[in-house]
Amino acid sequence: MAIIYEKSKGLTERPLTYCPGCSHGIVHKLIAETLVELNLLDHTVAIAPVGCSVFAYDFFNCDGVQAAHGRAPAVATGIKRVAPESIVFTYQGDGDLAAIGTAETIHAAHRGENITVIFINNAIYGMTGGQLAPTTLVGQKTSTSPFGRNVAHQGLPIKVCEMLAAIPSSYYLERTSVHDVPHIRKTKAAIKKAFQYQVDGKGFSMVEILSGCPVGWNVSPVESMKFIKEQMMPYYPLGVYRDGGAEI
Amino acid sequence: MAKVKLNFAEALCKGCFLCADACPKKILELNEDKVNQKGYNPIHCTDEGACIGCAMCAVICPDSVIGLERE
Repeated sequence: MAIIYEKSKGLTERPLTYCPGCSHGIVHKLIAETLVELNLLDHTVAIAPVGCSVFAYDFFNCDGVQAAHGRAPAVATGIKRVAPESIVFTYQGDGDLAAIGTAETIHAAHRGENITVIFINNAIYGMTGGQLAPTTLVGQKTSTSPFGRNVAHQGLPIKVCEMLAAIPSSYYLERTSVHDVPHIRKTKAAIKKAFQYQVDGKGFSMVEILSGCPVGWNVSPVESMKFIKEQMMPYYPLGVYRDGGAEI
Repeated sequence: MAKVKLNFAEALCKGCFLCADACPKKILELNEDKVNQKGYNPIHCTDEGACIGCAMCAVICPDSVIGLERE
């Protein structure tokens, strides 16, 4: 019997605590598979954020720390500097990375810290009940914007990749999506590239992943994948925003 | 084509239906006759002989429910 697909050794046996159809599970698998394939699992430290993925350190089969809200890149900086042989990645949502943690993210990129940031952009605060996030789309209804996001009131959604692309010391930035299998495969390739750059000591790498939050958006999991494709992708174009390795 | 064996970790299934939507052969359905410990109808395969082993269901499953083997 040849195995075509099995659960990654990079994940623990603990069942995921996410809602049905949540994209966190898909991205967890991709990171776990990448760490196994690059043979990094035994010296990787995961930095969990505040949010739905606060227990991420329970799910990855590597060391883990949970950081204060938004401070994951700062904690990652500390760990990477005292243990430079470790592979350090942060796993953050949009409320964590693009709201309370904007400063930490921008400064980590400016310092060119040799860490990898996995940024889950699902355009909403999932854990606290579907409130408006910095990345919520214009017109999108949330529990704190029941008539849709209004630019006059809440401003425009933050495009994190575009913002960080202006920083010369950010080495690799890519935005991908997990709304279907081909894009999941591309996302895995991007995650793998980001980790490889860290292994090679190149500097700050971030993969922004457009993800679904079916419960927060009040849609079915299948409809949430359509929402990513039809609503999120036009505002958040996929692609590589910075790749230091490609310019050479 | 060699036969494909599907393994479902039914206890982990949350019935999100993403696998059934991704399946090109449309042979995955929620098992209405069963409820797992989490309280969901777990996914099952209605025609294992038709499976081509593309693993799209397994790739998209957020909870690592599905495993595939080729005999």
